[in-house]
Amino acid sequence: MVIFLVFQLIPVGYAIWQSLQATTRSGLGIGAAGSRFAGLENYAQALQDQEFIAGVLRMLVFGVVQVPVMLFFALVLALLFDSSFAMFKKFFQFAAFLPYALPGIVASILWSFLYLPGVSPIIAALQAINVKVDFLGPDVVLWSIANIVTWQWTGYNMLIIFSALQALPHDIFEAARIDGASGWAVNTKIKIPLVLPAIILTAVFSIIGTLQLFSEPTIVRTLTNNVTFKYTPNMAAYNIAFGANNPNYAAAVAVTLAIFTFILSFGFMKLTNRKEK
Amino acid sequence: MKTFSRSATGPSLGSRTLTLVFLVAFTMYCLLPATWLLFASTKNTGDLYGSFGFWFSNFNLFENLNRLATYQGGIYLRWLLNSLIYAGLGGLLSTIISAMAGFALAKYQFAGRELIFSIILGGVLIPSAVLALPLFLLLSQIGLTNNYLGVLLPSLVSPFGVYLSRVYAAGSVPDELLEAARVDGSSELRTFFTMVTRLMGPALVTAFLFQFVAIWNNFFLPLVVLSRNELFPVTLGLYAWQGQSLGNPDIVSLVITGSLVASLPLIILFFSLQSYWRAGAATGAVKG
Repeated sequence: MVIFLVFQLIPVGYAIWQSLQATTRSGLGIGAAGSRFAGLENYAQALQDQEFIAGVLRMLVFGVVQVPVMLFFALVLALLFDSSFAMFKKFFQFAAFLPYALPGIVASILWSFLYLPGVSPIIAALQAINVKVDFLGPDVVLWSIANIVTWQWTGYNMLIIFSALQALPHDIFEAARIDGASGWAVNTKIKIPLVLPAIILTAVFSIIGTLQLFSEPTIVRTLTNNVTFKYTPNMAAYNIAFGANNPNYAAAVAVTLAIFTFILSFGFMKLTNRKEK
Repeated sequence: MKTFSRSATGPSLGSRTLTLVFLVAFTMYCLLPATWLLFASTKNTGDLYGSFGFWFSNFNLFENLNRLATYQGGIYLRWLLNSLIYAGLGGLLSTIISAMAGFALAKYQFAGRELIFSIILGGVLIPSAVLALPLFLLLSQIGLTNNYLGVLLPSLVSPFGVYLSRVYAAGSVPDELLEAARVDGSSELRTFFTMVTRLMGPALVTAFLFQFVAIWNNFFLPLVVLSRNELFPVTLGLYAWQGQSLGNPDIVSLVITGSLVASLPLIILFFSLQSYWRAGAATGAVKG
């Protein structure tokens, strides 16, 4: 029994050790590596780095628009699949889920081609009706990236909400309908409140995902300079570490981002918790 | 939405049509890019730029596949193999570790149990990409960068797997059965591998599948840890090619065909194991 417990605790301990390691490591990263103790200098630098701050703000704007849009579609789809009047459910679910089954890099590469003049059938089609679009333009490219993320993750979020819906006892909906509640009322008054925890879960994951956005903008960056190398906070951390060869500063940026993520996701959970009460 | 109100027997024609239109539109949004990839992978470089994106031109799929397999001495196949090693081995080991941890957390009473569980769950909230950078510094100190282990070891940790295993073990492994095994003289380890793993089957398949996919799709960690391209997983290799493709249009068709090939294992895995992970996802969603 004891041996078993020890054996069990090692991986658990490893996980803990690792999470501690990451935080102390970054603490060490400031002072260690044979250099002097820098204290909070790197953090001060991060908070004054215009490009980094711009990246964080960019992700906030991105998140405020993209996350609700994506979750709205995911919720509507989940409710439709759960209702009695969607046809060919299997096929539609397959379609909605397919983008998630593709590797993120492939999805990004795929969409980059669809944004690229000369290759893209979308741009060609729009040109045929005299509409000129530049998906990679300085103001548009952020939303082009948002589209890639939405395309990839809507199906996944739909599945989580759908699973929660399926787990609800369906006879209460029948009862509500017989009592004269409209389909609309059943959805908004019963189903959505009951699956709220699942929706909050998807929202928290989406917020975290937004803040650590990396591969999509990195791929799009191979096509256009409108995506700078500090476009998202995570790109900033990576490029500071390897482009500018300053791992100490990069570690400070990474930790700042992690703290920021914690504040946002916990803040969000607190907020929704209070609303429930 | 008045139309719904009297329709306990069945929804009206109007709402049915509206639903269908919405679903078809969304399906097209989901499928069209993937369809484009299918068509594009059958084209040579010239047709890629010169022909309509959603239909065939000269059928060059086999030439493309052949070029993909032989380009730069077959480096693409090497990448595929690497991905398979990282994802297969990493997924398997990670599942075993998660299952043990989850089982212990569900079935053994010990001090600090809830604390440990909370800390593991907290791990879900830490952006993995944020971890990758400190991890790289750590790995470089013990000399594990540019090494299979550098990608494999960090991939073993799966908070989601532990969580899923705990929830599932709590519900599907009866205490009486464990007690009976103990009375019969079975060691804890043996009980775990012969009996518990079987009872936890669906959860383990789900944990494996999600970890496999996560590792296969991981891009940031290998990007940070690896610089020798014969160690690259396929995602990183495709990124490297994509970076060169603007200067060298010949590579474009390689990137496209390579993207298609890299996606197939996941699509096959997902749709062949559907019943398992659906059940697993449901467990996660309900208790979450």
